[in-house]
Amino acid sequence: MILPFFIIIPLLAAFLIALISGERDNWAIAVAVIAMLALLCLALFGFVTIGAQTQVYQMGAWKIPYTICLVLDALSAFMLVIISGIGLTALMFSVFYIRHLSTSWKYYALFMLLITGMNGVVATGDLFNLFVFMEIALFAAYALVSYGSRAEEFEASFKYAIMGSISSTLVLVGIAIVYSATSNLTMATIAQLLPQNPTVMYFAGGIFLAAFGLKSAMMPFHAWLPDAHSSAPAPISSMLSGVLIKTLGVYVLVRLFYNVLGAPPLFLKMFMIFGSISILVASFLAMGQWDFKRLLAYSSISQIGFILLGLGIGTRWAILGAIFHILNHAIFKALLFYNAGTVEMVLGTRDLRQMGNLTKILPYTTATSMCGTLAVAGMPPFNGFFSKLIIIIAAVHAGHPIYASIAVAGSFLTLVYFMKVQRYGFHGKKVIEREGVKIGWGMRTAMIILAVLTLATSLLILPGIRTAVLDPVVAVIMNKTGYITQVLGGNL
Amino acid sequence: MKQQPGLTLIAKTVTRISVWLIVLYGFYIIFHGHLTPGGGFAGGVVIALAFLNVMLAYGHETVTRWLNISFMHDLEPSAGALFLTMGILGIALGGGFLANVVHRGTLFNVFSSGNILVLNIIIGVKVAMGLFVVVWSLAIFRFFEGGDK
Repeated sequence: MILPFFIIIPLLAAFLIALISGERDNWAIAVAVIAMLALLCLALFGFVTIGAQTQVYQMGAWKIPYTICLVLDALSAFMLVIISGIGLTALMFSVFYIRHLSTSWKYYALFMLLITGMNGVVATGDLFNLFVFMEIALFAAYALVSYGSRAEEFEASFKYAIMGSISSTLVLVGIAIVYSATSNLTMATIAQLLPQNPTVMYFAGGIFLAAFGLKSAMMPFHAWLPDAHSSAPAPISSMLSGVLIKTLGVYVLVRLFYNVLGAPPLFLKMFMIFGSISILVASFLAMGQWDFKRLLAYSSISQIGFILLGLGIGTRWAILGAIFHILNHAIFKALLFYNAGTVEMVLGTRDLRQMGNLTKILPYTTATSMCGTLAVAGMPPFNGFFSKLIIIIAAVHAGHPIYASIAVAGSFLTLVYFMKVQRYGFHGKKVIEREGVKIGWGMRTAMIILAVLTLATSLLILPGIRTAVLDPVVAVIMNKTGYITQVLGGNL
Repeated sequence: MKQQPGLTLIAKTVTRISVWLIVLYGFYIIFHGHLTPGGGFAGGVVIALAFLNVMLAYGHETVTRWLNISFMHDLEPSAGALFLTMGILGIALGGGFLANVVHRGTLFNVFSSGNILVLNIIIGVKVAMGLFVVVWSLAIFRFFEGGDK
């Protein structure tokens, strides 16, 4: 059974880093890279072998209503692959990027705790355990956002901590309500018992929607995101924007509302409304930004809107588009944050108006940023085009032409504000002499890997590959009662 | 009389006597976690408070001189790693993460709960060291003049 090792490996790595590192960060880097490589191999192995099955791991050799269970199915394996993949590139980028802030081992210990929390949220099948791992990930994230120790970073981190605590409190209230109604914390058992009591289901569902909506930064709950994601060090921004809001927000929303609550139409409608508000308003807000990373942060809210819209439509194709967009957004948003981090490191500014002739100074960064831009704006043949296209076609097909046109408009607005990034930022008129800061090969490699992936993941849409990779994930989400029977199995 | 760091002689004398009772109470809570209310976390907090009591009475400079802070700092992640080791031992010997591997003992005795007592002690060490080191670092933290670092 590989399941507990998704949590044991990063947690042990975090403790080992704290234990064996001296003043320098060499050992910390070695341990972190080995742990991340091991996690990526495990996650890929898990995803390849799991197929349409479900693995259940019962902690402490207890049986299901009394134990904390871990569940691995196609959806969680898919998320685990994204976490470890983006995590590994973030680590490669960090090795060179973080040394210009400090050479302390603490960054790597916190990074491994962040991975622990996210892996735990994805792997667990127990509602309260999910809350605990969510808090581990969030506390690591608060500390990492303020890692640069400047006043604005502390402010952003504090704001994030307050908003995060509010949403965690809501989660706890929701769990308490569910527990008082069902006397159970295992999600599969709750899924079995809760629909018998629709009042509690809608009440708890509303609270969970607000709580995890805040985590996934959908539009009325988004206020913390632009500060936190733009102030953090670049690799952490990419982890937060690319992975954290998806595991703590979107993944949990999918798991709870589709597999546990059985996708009630009221909540799906709300997903669509909040999703389309996020797409439109965040795009307009992004257009007004001159701070590169802040623009990217607003763009993340808008792209999360596409994912929520797909989930809200709820047909097979829409969910396929949403799942595909989760993967694609993780890749190109991480890439764009690396680009922003590199530019900030070399020029010392995030203001687009202060940039210029980067094609000469940073050729790799400019080239990869073009891949990221085209992917996020939805230009063929990059991956963003296909996922957005699927969501839009699914919306039309399901009889929601207005939502489809909102998605088209959002996609167009994305192109507009990213053209601003290219026009003023990377291809600006301002002439800047090359400064002394050198970017390391790890940063360059991380950007190139992700730029290649923006093209390579387009192949997932080919029918043969799609049935092997994306369709099992969609099947887990669509098969609402399947989760109960698969997890409880012989314990029914 | 020369002004010493920390509180008055009375406070120091009372602390010198009471701190051992507080530590003893912390150990009691940790070792009876499976029989009475309490456990590793609560007992660990009580032990950390004993150290903090000394720090309040004698001042943080004295405590820094007396105690081996870097050893306490290392003890904290070691306790975490030990906890995980117990969990992995459970996988190896007991059939699941954190499965029981220690003899269960007799009911209502101190040794009556298998793994739980060992894990409580580990958690106690982790919480005591973690909490003490956090407050100690807050005590020695100083802002540099004029900088924002």
